[in-house]
Amino acid sequence: MENPWVYLGLFLIVGLLIPVAAIVMSAILAPRKPNPIKMSTYECGMETVGDNWIQFKAQYYVFALAFLIFDVETVFLFPWAMSLNVMPLFVAVEGVIFILILLAGLYYIWQKGMLDWV
Amino acid sequence: MEFLSDPIKVIYEWLMLTFTGWSWAGWVSSLVINLLAIVGFISAIMVLDILLVWVERKVVARFQDRLGPNRVGPFGIFQPFPDIIKLILKEDITPEGADRVPFNLAPILSLGSVLFLWAVVPLASRIYGVDLNVALLYLVAAGSIGTLSIIMAGWASNNKYALLGAYRMVANMISYEIPMVVALLIPTVLAGSMSLKTITEAQSTNGGVWFVLVSPLGALIFLIAAIAELGRSPFDLNEGESEIVSGYHIEYSGMKFGLFYAGELLHAFTFGGFVAALFFGGWHGPWAEQYPLLGAFYFVAKAMFGYWVIMWVKYTVPRIRIDHMLAFNWKFLTPLAFALLMVTAVVHRVLLDVPTWLYVAGMFLSNVILVWITVEVLRAQARREREAKASAQLAAAD
Repeated sequence: MENPWVYLGLFLIVGLLIPVAAIVMSAILAPRKPNPIKMSTYECGMETVGDNWIQFKAQYYVFALAFLIFDVETVFLFPWAMSLNVMPLFVAVEGVIFILILLAGLYYIWQKGMLDWV
Repeated sequence: MEFLSDPIKVIYEWLMLTFTGWSWAGWVSSLVINLLAIVGFISAIMVLDILLVWVERKVVARFQDRLGPNRVGPFGIFQPFPDIIKLILKEDITPEGADRVPFNLAPILSLGSVLFLWAVVPLASRIYGVDLNVALLYLVAAGSIGTLSIIMAGWASNNKYALLGAYRMVANMISYEIPMVVALLIPTVLAGSMSLKTITEAQSTNGGVWFVLVSPLGALIFLIAAIAELGRSPFDLNEGESEIVSGYHIEYSGMKFGLFYAGELLHAFTFGGFVAALFFGGWHGPWAEQYPLLGAFYFVAKAMFGYWVIMWVKYTVPRIRIDHMLAFNWKFLTPLAFALLMVTAVVHRVLLDVPTWLYVAGMFLSNVILVWITVEVLRAQARREREAKASAQLAAAD
């Protein structure tokens, strides 16, 4: 285990192969008798009404946008968190100011109604 | 005796000796040993997964005042094996109009993303997969592959209900990733490193304290956000059988559904393991440094305890509505998590060089003060809402 990333790459490949092996076993052993009623789409026992790929609700996009902003912020906070043991106190206070600026952003979108589920 | 104190090194050297005795090159034998270790480890995890199905069914039965499986073997312990055989032998129905590639890929990625997480978990002081120095980032990244597999499953099913369930589930999961990542930053601040091995060592060696004593609010926020990430009750909109008929699982049958189900249980156990490693000291316990196998036993016991707490929450509280869930995250958990991070960072830096008992007392006190402020803010808010409603009722009665 000299190079940890080689081990990790092998782990990823084997980890993907195990579920594939399970599905292949099922494909070999299971029966296959398709008929039109069995293959039709499920909608509580009736015929489907309307298009199957329904309209995308815009509120999901707004939540994803808010998630993106705060996720990038947390990625910036990881090196700051790791270095607190070896840096002077003003570094901690600087990180606190950074978080406060972004929390002001959260307060803004809260008051504007972006976080409501309409 | 040396095997007990360092099992991995002993096995590695013995295998290396055997393979070079068969005159294989150095790098070939190293690669083969790595592959054997990986396959053995993943097989052990899958056996554990099968056992977890039995544990889950017994525990849910006891919570609901009934017995659970008790026919197949002593206490029903062999029950998952006929379940798996049945699932393999069931017909694999792919609905017409479904997108083939994402439909088949989604269950593979869903279980695969959970197996990826076990590479960085330290089972004992000298038994671990990889000592990544960015293990916490890797954790979040591998968890996001599971989120991707849900959208693939919902989209490829060619079914309105599957798509709705997948949208709501993914909105839930990405929203709760923010408090989860911020709660992961707290052990990073306390230990000074993202590597899980270093965080576990910081809690165990030379006078370290378990981080749950130093930052109990952080452990609680991580637990709540982890339960929401898993998609388990009370946040399990997707499995709302009464609402959207099982969400993105609808069109899956046979082993593909089995992979989703097993993946969800294993994911819950993995998060129990992470709570144990990050906050409860991982493999730390009496005599765990000299005997790594004992450390591994402590780790599995703590992970089982974490998994039991997650199951306890699932079978006790009812399901939350989607708008309540998202409001709870964005308006309560995220500001609280960030406030806790700020307070933890400043107090940790100020109290860096004081004796341990003062440090623990100071951090615990800062957590208690933060909880008290939060409760006061909530009470003031509730009082305002009650008065507004009372005055509205008075105005309407005139």
